[in-house]
Amino acid sequence: MHGKGLRTLAFLTALTLTAAYALVFFWTPNEADQGFVQKIFYLHVPMAIVALCGFVAGGVAGLMYLRTRDGKWDLRAYVAIHLSQILACGVLITGSIWAKASWGHWWLWDEPMLVSFLIVFLLYATYQVLRFSIEDRERQARYASVFAVVAGAFVPINFAVVRMAQSYVHPRTLGTTTGGMPSEMMLTFLIALAGMALLFVTLWKYEMASKSAGAQVRALRLRLLGDDDALPRRSAAPTL
Amino acid sequence: MGEPAIELEGLGRRFGERTALRDVTLTVPQGATLVVLGPNGAGKSTLLRVLAGLLRPHAGTLRILGHPLPDEGWRVRGRIGLLAHEPMLYRDLTPRENLRFHARLHDVPLTRIDEVLDAVGMTARADDPVAVLSRGMVQRVAAARAVLHDPELLLLDEPFANLDPAATALLEPLIGRASGRTRVVTSHDPAGGLAGADLALGLRGGRPAICAPAREVATADATALYA
Amino acid sequence: MLRAVGAILRKDLLLELRTRESVPAMAIFGVTTLVVFHFALNRPTVEGDLAAGVLWVSFLFAAMLGLNRLFVAEEEQGGFDGFLLAPIDRTSLYVAKALALLTYLVIIELIAVPAFAILLLEPGLWQALPGLVLVLLLGDLGICAVGVLVSAIGIRTRARDLIVPLLALPLLIPVVIASVAATAPLLAQGGAEALPGRWLLTLALYDAVFAAIAYAVFDDLLED
Repeated sequence: MHGKGLRTLAFLTALTLTAAYALVFFWTPNEADQGFVQKIFYLHVPMAIVALCGFVAGGVAGLMYLRTRDGKWDLRAYVAIHLSQILACGVLITGSIWAKASWGHWWLWDEPMLVSFLIVFLLYATYQVLRFSIEDRERQARYASVFAVVAGAFVPINFAVVRMAQSYVHPRTLGTTTGGMPSEMMLTFLIALAGMALLFVTLWKYEMASKSAGAQVRALRLRLLGDDDALPRRSAAPTL
Repeated sequence: MGEPAIELEGLGRRFGERTALRDVTLTVPQGATLVVLGPNGAGKSTLLRVLAGLLRPHAGTLRILGHPLPDEGWRVRGRIGLLAHEPMLYRDLTPRENLRFHARLHDVPLTRIDEVLDAVGMTARADDPVAVLSRGMVQRVAAARAVLHDPELLLLDEPFANLDPAATALLEPLIGRASGRTRVVTSHDPAGGLAGADLALGLRGGRPAICAPAREVATADATALYA
Repeated sequence: MLRAVGAILRKDLLLELRTRESVPAMAIFGVTTLVVFHFALNRPTVEGDLAAGVLWVSFLFAAMLGLNRLFVAEEEQGGFDGFLLAPIDRTSLYVAKALALLTYLVIIELIAVPAFAILLLEPGLWQALPGLVLVLLLGDLGICAVGVLVSAIGIRTRARDLIVPLLALPLLIPVVIASVAATAPLLAQGGAEALPGRWLLTLALYDAVFAAIAYAVFDDLLED
């Protein structure tokens, strides 16, 4: 069910990303102040936006699980969240590299995107720990869904509060100034954003397909070999 | 006569990969007593918890006092009394304080507390913390808690274990057949259990091995559940 | 709903009075943390930003201590079942526990704030007091709104004592940000300055939003 269209999607993703980063390297002009290093912006910001959307989507999926009690939604939430967590990691790394290259420090407390993501990353790091610590599958799914909802609502609020708190002594230009960008940069940025979003969706579908297939195999084994066999190990990932 | 107190159809409940209850179908009319027999781990306590609305069924349907659970569970809360292995009493509070708490939760007038304490013979020790009371006394207070709100349906998990004959006699009018309430009682005593019931359900590995009116069940069959 | 909240709150306060499990420990821990700060920062006094930070971190850690114990009696003594069987709105448990925790935090603050003023604070506290009370209240409500929810999530898991701080601290960072930003001017060197309205508003909004979220999901946490 999830596997349909996966190949086309993967192809499209590869195409868009190649196009975006080709444009980044060969077409878009260097930014006046920061030079070549600023190009990391085209990786950092799309990752951040997609990760944020991914976390919120995980929250929505969690909410749907609580309403419908259908295990599929819990799986969707799980995959969305752990893909977003990987992207969040990427945000922190690319942000740190940019900070070092541009400002000489590996970390900047007055870059609100970076700080927000640090908090969010730490929060979602607990997601797997929480899941693993609950053995009963149904309860695991339920509690993980509650977490997903709470954390998903927290992400945008956290972003807003952190922004409020930053003292803008040195306005950094990496994260958020999309106003005042020349049109070539804007275009490349949008393509990069689209590519990142496609990448997320492709990986999400791929993982959903893989896990669904695994669940079907397990169900067949259960039916053929009886209830007692194939006792599952404890795991943090949802099984259907 | 009215609606049956309990209607189960194909009821099932899992815990993870383990099936605790499967395919339980029965009807209990109002005022009747159902005895649930079976070895440990057969699913007796699970069944009671599902009937109480504490566990959601994973298969089949369940109607309590005419209302489907879990959808309309909120309608029947407060009309069910549960006496389980856990007494549901705070050990650092006294029986009176515990009952006061439950009375407030169930919107029961506080005068009722003295009534039930007297009925279970615990008035003298009503102001000692539960932690210092003997097992039998705790069971009596737990029984008092279970009937405090005058429930129509009583769910009793081996209620007379831990009780001496005197205490058992005390509790009879409250939670025994004489109380007139619909009751579901689990028991490890096949003969006694069958004698005191209208319907019998024998569970084995979560499945109903026996499901018939009590008088039609031979004690030998009930004992065979434990084989 | 109100009746149920009242019943649970009375029971909790009675239990706490009887067993004295949480509050003394939290209070002592709060004051001890202040002392540790003195040594950790190697300063005789603090003011302004630093003072606000020290104060709020100490409260936060004391609150963490209390959170772990919040539902323990229910979990260990079958209290959840008794509660679930009653004909009441299940969210009343959330509200009651939040109010109980608030009560404990207020008691602790009555001890810790004077201790703080005596041990560490450079500027005087009197002028700042009315403003401080307001910030403390809003901040405490935030800690309670988040804390009770996290505690309820954690109580049924195996690694309960670990999960609660791991979840609570990131979720409480906005509360810390806003509370410290609101408290710092009150403890400024030159005497208490005006209370920054926007941070109070932020705090109030965060509290409200979080309470609303908790209200919506709490039911699903309690069933089995």
